[in-house]
Amino acid sequence: MIRFDNISKRYPGGFEALSNISLELEAGAMAFVTGHSGAGKSTLLKLIALIERTTRGQLHINGQNVTNISRRRIPFIRRKIGFIFQDHNLLFDRTVFDNVALPLVITGYRHQEIGRRVRAALDKLGLLSKERMYPITLSGGEQQRVGIARAVVNKPLLLLADEPTGNLDPALSFEIMELFERFNQVGVTILIASHDIGLLDRLGYPVIALDHGRLAGMEQQYA
Amino acid sequence: MKRARQHQSTPDRRATRRRMLSPRTWLTRHAQVALDSLGRLSRNPLATLMTAAVIGIALAMPASLYLLLSNMDRLSGSWDGQASLSVFLNDTVPVAAAATLAGRIRGWPEVAAVTLVTPEQALEEFRQRSGFADVLDTLDENPLPAVLLVLPAPEHAGPRSAAALQTRLQALPETAQAQLDLQWVQRLTAMLALAQRGVLLISALLALAVLLVVGNTIRLEILGRREEIVVTRLIGATDGFIRRPFLYSGTWYGIVGALLAWLLVETGFWLLTTPVRQLANLYQSSFQLQTLPLLLLLVLLAGGILLGLLGSWIAVGRHLGAIEPG
Repeated sequence: MIRFDNISKRYPGGFEALSNISLELEAGAMAFVTGHSGAGKSTLLKLIALIERTTRGQLHINGQNVTNISRRRIPFIRRKIGFIFQDHNLLFDRTVFDNVALPLVITGYRHQEIGRRVRAALDKLGLLSKERMYPITLSGGEQQRVGIARAVVNKPLLLLADEPTGNLDPALSFEIMELFERFNQVGVTILIASHDIGLLDRLGYPVIALDHGRLAGMEQQYA
Repeated sequence: MKRARQHQSTPDRRATRRRMLSPRTWLTRHAQVALDSLGRLSRNPLATLMTAAVIGIALAMPASLYLLLSNMDRLSGSWDGQASLSVFLNDTVPVAAAATLAGRIRGWPEVAAVTLVTPEQALEEFRQRSGFADVLDTLDENPLPAVLLVLPAPEHAGPRSAAALQTRLQALPETAQAQLDLQWVQRLTAMLALAQRGVLLISALLALAVLLVVGNTIRLEILGRREEIVVTRLIGATDGFIRRPFLYSGTWYGIVGALLAWLLVETGFWLLTTPVRQLANLYQSSFQLQTLPLLLLLVLLAGGILLGLLGSWIAVGRHLGAIEPG
């Protein structure tokens, strides 16, 4: 699903956030990216989301080489990827329903189809009763679940999560992780950046460890 | 082989994308965005109205100037093309000689008709028109000369040939003064042409002002919705999707501005109608101020929409590209 071939990322100014990274995440896998702050976790995810572009190396997503993909075609790659952010990135002037519906509106689904899919996603995350509410009135855990609902409503092949439990207490974190596991069980590839070592150890998924932009280790190697 | 397939894949993918949107859905979607933009504007009525008012005033100025000019044009139009010459004869020329002279001039190729106004006829006319009848009665003799009204042939009615005819008539020994009555009409026409050019220039400047106002308003709107733009980009929105609501906002500004301009012009002319009628009455004219024809309203609307769209297009082009996630 994701393949890095000798990828480096150098930011303007010369700082090299990632150096010569090669790795592969197969379709249907679930893995974590970990490392100290500034190790390059976010950069790794941003490269996959095509928010940042690689300086060197080749990047394949879902079998397609996206290393030099044109700006015009980026939106269509992003529609196959669901993003979950630490600070949710919800739009606070819209209801929960409208937030979750956004990816479908962008893709151009019909009205009835949008309603059906949004309610299905909200139901899955236990938010059906909150669809008319505004995100500001929800708790942190609920907001994060709205963010997840928005990421999965489009039935993406790949879910990327950047510190999804960064602002949540351990119980809520575990609950969120269980949600990810459930999506993984239906075939969604999942890559989560997290520095919560305790949580990772408990879950036992493969871990991509970064240290100063280099691959420090891949536990549970699988090719 | 592989490369060939890649080339094919782009139109294929585009086709799948399009398949989800029937033309009707596409229209519905646009209508939705348009209404959404309007709703957003109406949630902030004061700011919206202020921007629209600036546009309205900027559009009303050239529209009212144009109307004013077209009214003056109409006023002068009733004399236009009827160049006639008045030849005042010397006091010493008797009426019989004047009649002979009229017959001679009638024979000139550049002349269509000659009318002789004898001093008696002139006096009678003056008596009726001026209201000085009592004063005229006190005069011992008729102070008015005989006048020949010369109408040039149509092919000699142009300003230059009419002037040549004037010179020829002036050269006659019987003539005291040959006067080209077209002159003031010509001057007025020339002034109107100049004013029209001025209105065009002012219109261009005001159109530029509207562009800047809309552009700046949309720029602020873009900056205010920065977060939303970043999020929708991340979710896979195309440039077109992000651009659309702003273009509709600009269009709405244009429409509301044009309607305000129309209201301003109509009100202004309504206020002028009565004094103009009074003035026209004093000149024994049935002249009436012509207000906005429907066509001009359409032009105003089209202009407003075009300027609003163009202004927002410029703002969107300049500022949207800079807003990227990351």
